[in-house]
Amino acid sequence: MPWTKVYIDKNELKDTLAREGLRGLSYRDALKEAQEQLLRDDESVFLLGEGVDDSGGIFGSTLGLWKEFGKDRVMDIPIAENGLTGVAIGAAIAGMKPVFIHMRMDFLPMCMDQIINHAAKWHYMTGGRVNVPLVIRSIIGRGWGSAAQHSQALHALFMHIPGLKIVVPSTPYDAKGLLIASVRDGNPVMFIEHRWVYDYIGYVPEETYTVPIGKGIVRRPGKDVTIVAISLMVYEAIKAAKTLEKMDIDVEIIDPRTLNPLDEELIIESVKKTGRLVIADVSCKTGGAGAEIACRVAESAFDYLKAPVKRVNFPDTPTPCSPSLEDAYYPDAETLVESVKGLF
Amino acid sequence: MTDDKGIIKEADPAVLHNLLRTMVLIRIFEEKIIEVYPMQDMKTPVHLYIGEEAVAAGVCAHLKKEDYVFTTHRSHGHCLAKGSDPEMLYAEFYGRISGCSKGKGGSMHPVDPENGILGTTAIVGGGIPIAVGTALASRMKKDGRISVTFFGDGASEEGTFHESLNFAALKQLPVVFICENNFSATTSPLSQRQPHENIAKKAGGYGIPGITVDGNNVLDVYDAAKAAVQRARQGKGPTLIECKTYRWKGHVGPDCDHEKGCRPMEDLNKWMKRCPVEMYKDLIINKGLITETDYMNLVKEIDAALDDSLKAAKQHPLPDTKELLKDVYYDKE
Repeated sequence: MPWTKVYIDKNELKDTLAREGLRGLSYRDALKEAQEQLLRDDESVFLLGEGVDDSGGIFGSTLGLWKEFGKDRVMDIPIAENGLTGVAIGAAIAGMKPVFIHMRMDFLPMCMDQIINHAAKWHYMTGGRVNVPLVIRSIIGRGWGSAAQHSQALHALFMHIPGLKIVVPSTPYDAKGLLIASVRDGNPVMFIEHRWVYDYIGYVPEETYTVPIGKGIVRRPGKDVTIVAISLMVYEAIKAAKTLEKMDIDVEIIDPRTLNPLDEELIIESVKKTGRLVIADVSCKTGGAGAEIACRVAESAFDYLKAPVKRVNFPDTPTPCSPSLEDAYYPDAETLVESVKGLF
Repeated sequence: MTDDKGIIKEADPAVLHNLLRTMVLIRIFEEKIIEVYPMQDMKTPVHLYIGEEAVAAGVCAHLKKEDYVFTTHRSHGHCLAKGSDPEMLYAEFYGRISGCSKGKGGSMHPVDPENGILGTTAIVGGGIPIAVGTALASRMKKDGRISVTFFGDGASEEGTFHESLNFAALKQLPVVFICENNFSATTSPLSQRQPHENIAKKAGGYGIPGITVDGNNVLDVYDAAKAAVQRARQGKGPTLIECKTYRWKGHVGPDCDHEKGCRPMEDLNKWMKRCPVEMYKDLIINKGLITETDYMNLVKEIDAALDDSLKAAKQHPLPDTKELLKDVYYDKE
């Protein structure tokens, strides 16, 4: 199915879309279209964030939306991340559906009090009487010496907090469908994007649709080893699978798409079949999403494991600037191939 | 307190009576907690409002049922002044399923959406931007509501306070900031935390009115709040009102922290002589609005009603343990 398959080869994608008469859209434009449709369909939806209405338009993902919807609904804001998170929460509990957008995920630590102590707890603290329909979009950066404060992926911090949902779409189709689902969900949702997939093209239907939060997807079926690949690592996993195929290693790739709630069943079923697990993430290793996934597999499918569980992550260091250090920092398809080979 | 600035002549007598009623209600509500707290079955940290009643009463007198109010860990007075049912609050403090937050919030997290209280945070300064957010929603929805956020002097040191004033002023939102300056954050005195003690001055930096009032004089508070609420309703933007007042009890719990050396006893004695309830009661008796007997009857009536509320609350069941895992997430199904 063109909406579940991830294409690495751009020509192959183009051919498939043309043959089936389907529309291709970039991840960036898929996000923009989702927001455009949400703004049009529901007057309680509004976007706020630093620069949402500027000439960059959050790497193009909100570009020009203010022209149709005005600057009250596509709202530039003061540089006050925590306070404005509180403002967004207030608007949400009073019946609005704000989407708060951060160009870099590194700015979220500024908002931790309002996200963790307030948004995440509000529904529980009020005995379920008041919910917080708030989406916080943030983008993981990478490369060109972005260094320690402009390329962090902090999803694991949020996984530790009950009350938050966390989605990590890797494809244009999921970006649109999950964003619409997140805005309609009624809970605080951390919507985590990766800058490097913004230009990736995939099939995206023109109509409004949702992708269910909490459902992962098998990107490539296989029988020998399961790779759970998060965000950008889905693409590296597909490349790795092609290499490994030549070595007679048949890889199953699971894109969890949501980290909380995690589609544990999908992962467990896959590991029961393959007996081997590698988790590839776009963040540091210690205390990461991979640790949680590995532990759940150990709890539920230990007897099925034929080899130790492996993680492919960044090293436990801040992100460096120099190109040579950056190259060494980021794992890729090759790293994954080596990791998988070690299990046989 | 002898000068009423002509308010008594102007105001609706029912409103003037209600100011007293609200303050008495808050005072006795808190005193009942002090009475039962040693029994160790009200298992929630209580931050008592005794001594500060004039602020909640004077401000909330101007609010409509649907207006939003955000309170703090010291929440009881604001909820009562906004119309919350005392039994539902007591039930919450006893951790009962019938409590306003189903026993999941306690004294620091009351909620009462029907009366405009959409939830309460106990993080200092945490509720201020949220109130600005409800004000933003009101502006967007044109629902005519205003938002009021109460907070202490400590909160005016938090970034959220400044971020909120800036944004509310920028967008001219219908919100009123009420700082209850009781000169202490837990036990840290204001003089050790801020360069001067005029919190209202901070409003100037954001180009909004900042007014200081005697927070123990309910008519002073009432008067200042009237103008601020009017401004908000007319779309003229936010106001900061600093109410200088004093907390009689410790930061948390029913004890007097002066006895532990936390604050000077002479301060307490000085402020107790300026009891907001007594001062106002004496004033309106002097002005012939009520008699001493009316007052005694009011106290008796409220005392009996609160006794009933407390007893009834205690009899409600505790939550079933199945409740533990519920309400983490909202489920539209």
